[in-house]
Formats: sequence, C-alpha cells, structure tokens
Amino acid sequence: MAILRILMDIIIVLLLLGGTFFFFVGTVGLLRMPDVFCRMHATTKCDTLGVGMIFFGLVLWQGVSFVSLNILVILVFIWLTNPTAAHYIAKSEYERISNEDKKEETGHGRT
Amino acid sequence: MIANTVVFVAVALSLMSFAALYRAYRGPGAADRVVAINVIVTKVNAIIVLIALVSAQASYVNVALVYAMIGFIATIGVAKYVLRGKLG
Repeated sequence: MAILRILMDIIIVLLLLGGTFFFFVGTVGLLRMPDVFCRMHATTKCDTLGVGMIFFGLVLWQGVSFVSLNILVILVFIWLTNPTAAHYIAKSEYERISNEDKKEETGHGRT
Repeated sequence: MIANTVVFVAVALSLMSFAALYRAYRGPGAADRVVAINVIVTKVNAIIVLIALVSAQASYVNVALVYAMIGFIATIGVAKYVLRGKLG
C-alpha cells in the first residue's frame, strides 16, 4: 500500500512538472516566433496541454471530492474557450492583413 | 513532496507570466498583445488553483472560474474590435 502511494505521488509530481514544461515551451514560442500565427501555434498548445496536465495532477492529488469536480469544470471551460478565442484572433488578424494587401494592390494599379 | 512541487510550479508560472508580459509590452500589433494576455490569463488561472489547494482554502477555486470567464470575454472583445473597428 505504501508503494502504491509513493507511485501515485511520483505520477502527480511528473504531471505537474510536465505541465510546467509545456507552459515553458509556450512562453519560449511566444517570445521567439516571428509571426502572430506562429506565436498562436505555440501558445494554444501550452493552453490545452499545460493546463490539462497541471489540473489532472491536482485532481489526482485531491481525490474524489467537490474540489476536484470544480477543477474539472474549470478545465473543461478552458478547453472550450481557449481554442475559440485563438480561432477568433486568427480570423481577425487574417482579415486585417488581407485588407491591407488588397489596398496596396489597388494603389499600385492606379499609379 | 507534492506541496513543495506545487509551490515550485506556482513560482515558475509567475516568472513565465512576466516573460509573457514582455511580449504584451513589446508586441508590434494588437493581435500579439491579445495572444500574450491570453497566455497570462491562463497562467494566472493555474496559479490561483495551485495556491487555493496548497493553502487548503477550497472556495478560492471558484475565483479561477470567474477569472477564466473574464479573460475569455476580454479576448473576444479585443478580437472583435480589431475585426470590425467597433464593438457591438
């Protein structure tokens, strides 16, 4: 039984550190990537996988209780809303860039 | 062992959110800043849950849910403003 508990602790610590690793990867991508879409490619990964691993580790740590149910609700909310927000940012940025390109093309046509 | 790891993860996430704040300050366009602030909101969410569990105040977990909603509405608002030039 003690061995099982130690194994559980090791799994929880590995989940927490793995989530921190994915957050680190997302932050490095946010700082180093050249474009908005490349940055979004890195940060959405850190949103879903980093938060998922950290919260699953905390749920395993808390066991079956209302607190872990609450954490799962937050996790499902983040998993639903973050891809939606990233999709909307990408759409708005794409529209802006394509509008600027169109304006430049018509300007060259006149001159 | 787990409590120490939780505190370490919270400190690491706060340092990384300062690193993301640099991109929100520096970023050339509005979309860069929105992406950086989205990442900061997610990190602060994780920090709130970690601190709530390590300080054994279970009702603080609800704060993270409200904060996630506020961050989502802020992101959608700024993206819609960039897309249309006005809100509503």
